[in-house]
Amino acid sequence: MWQKTYAWLDERLGLGDLYKNLLDRPEPHGNWWNTLGSASLFLFIIQVVTGIFLTVYYTPSPDHAYDSIQYIMNEVAFGWLIRGIHHWAASLMVLVVFVHMLRVFYTASYKYPRELTWLVGIGLLLLTIGMGFTGYLLPWHQMAYWATTVGTQIAGSVPFAGEFILQALRGGPDLSALTLQRFFSAHIWMLPALLALLVGVHLYLIIKHGESHFPDKED
Amino acid sequence: MSGTSRITRRDFIKVTTGAVGGAITAALGIPAVGYLIDPALQENKAGKPVSIGKIADIPVGTPTPFSFTVTKVNGWERTASSFGGFILRKSEDPKDIVILSSRCTHLSCRVNWSEEAQAFLCPCHDAKFSKTGEVLDGPPPEPLGHFEYEVAENGTITIIPVEMKSKEG
Ligand code: HEM
Ligand code: FES
Repeated sequence: MWQKTYAWLDERLGLGDLYKNLLDRPEPHGNWWNTLGSASLFLFIIQVVTGIFLTVYYTPSPDHAYDSIQYIMNEVAFGWLIRGIHHWAASLMVLVVFVHMLRVFYTASYKYPRELTWLVGIGLLLLTIGMGFTGYLLPWHQMAYWATTVGTQIAGSVPFAGEFILQALRGGPDLSALTLQRFFSAHIWMLPALLALLVGVHLYLIIKHGESHFPDKED
Repeated sequence: MSGTSRITRRDFIKVTTGAVGGAITAALGIPAVGYLIDPALQENKAGKPVSIGKIADIPVGTPTPFSFTVTKVNGWERTASSFGGFILRKSEDPKDIVILSSRCTHLSCRVNWSEEAQAFLCPCHDAKFSKTGEVLDGPPPEPLGHFEYEVAENGTITIIPVEMKSKEG
């Protein structure tokens, strides 16, 4: 019965081919450093899931942001767990993505034909950092407030366009409800959408080119 | 599936995979579901009795207004709602009282007691209620609501701050 169902689905969806191409593809000789890309992907998925859960209670408004997080931490069942995972995995993700990039650099895997994989990867790194930057403001406590004040100030030091960039980031000259709201929007909609898109391209390229093998003494 | 008591490697793998999978599902699923339904499991904190005055201070026969606010905490937000009503002592007997809500049963405006009309008048659509809350005139569909109360030994009146429907008539 199950086999029949599977055969029916496989004929239409090509599950077998999918499996062969996605999961059963040839890999160079095992190396733990090569797992960091998958680790980044796993962390991204964790962040998406825990992040969606946090939006059930979190409120992006200056009068309620802090209280809503206190509520998640102290009142909601397992709120501390969900927020804790989101908090720690966020830092870990920046680290893992960065080390992943170092390994790609170290093994010179960015060379032909993988230049685009590298370029898309840079986009992924920037977006990951952007997620950290926008997410950090959301608790709206002192640390978050001042970190964002400083961060946007730094962006504002760009020659000529600086003042404009600062105002565009803050939604005005000062940190306000507008800043919190647009950081929230960027953090839960815009950046994750771009990130998911680029992850898709990144993975497509990896499957297309196959994994580069570790350079040996002859290389 | 062999007849001996030894389990095959395949069955062993199946059972362990099932057990580990089940444990992981529970470890992830219970927090996830608990987190989502948590507010539904909290006990409703409204309804703690509120004291509204001393029976000795209330004249017999005249509806006397009182008001109080109840602060309800919903998650990270507190909402203070004010309730108001009238205490009516129907006789000298300290237990013979009614506590009416001042919320008009038409569209929730606040009714006022009028000595002149000897009735509760609603400013919004000219409704008129009797001293004990029955509709005398106007659009309201039912009598004024009331509160459940208790009069303590020392004469303190406490009510449950949940408005109850009064039976018709
Ligand atoms: C959200 C962040 C990222 C995710 C989810 C991700 C995911 C992956 C995955 C699953 C792989 C295949 C396994 C591996 O080689 O480790 C991979 C390979 C690769 N990544 Fe990333 N990556 C990210 C960021 C980056 C960054 C920042 C760079 C560099 C700027 C980069 C450049 C590459 C390159 C060139 C490869 C091909 C490596 C090879 O074929 O040996 N990636 N990535
Ligand atoms: S609200 Fe009282 S008469 Fe309409």
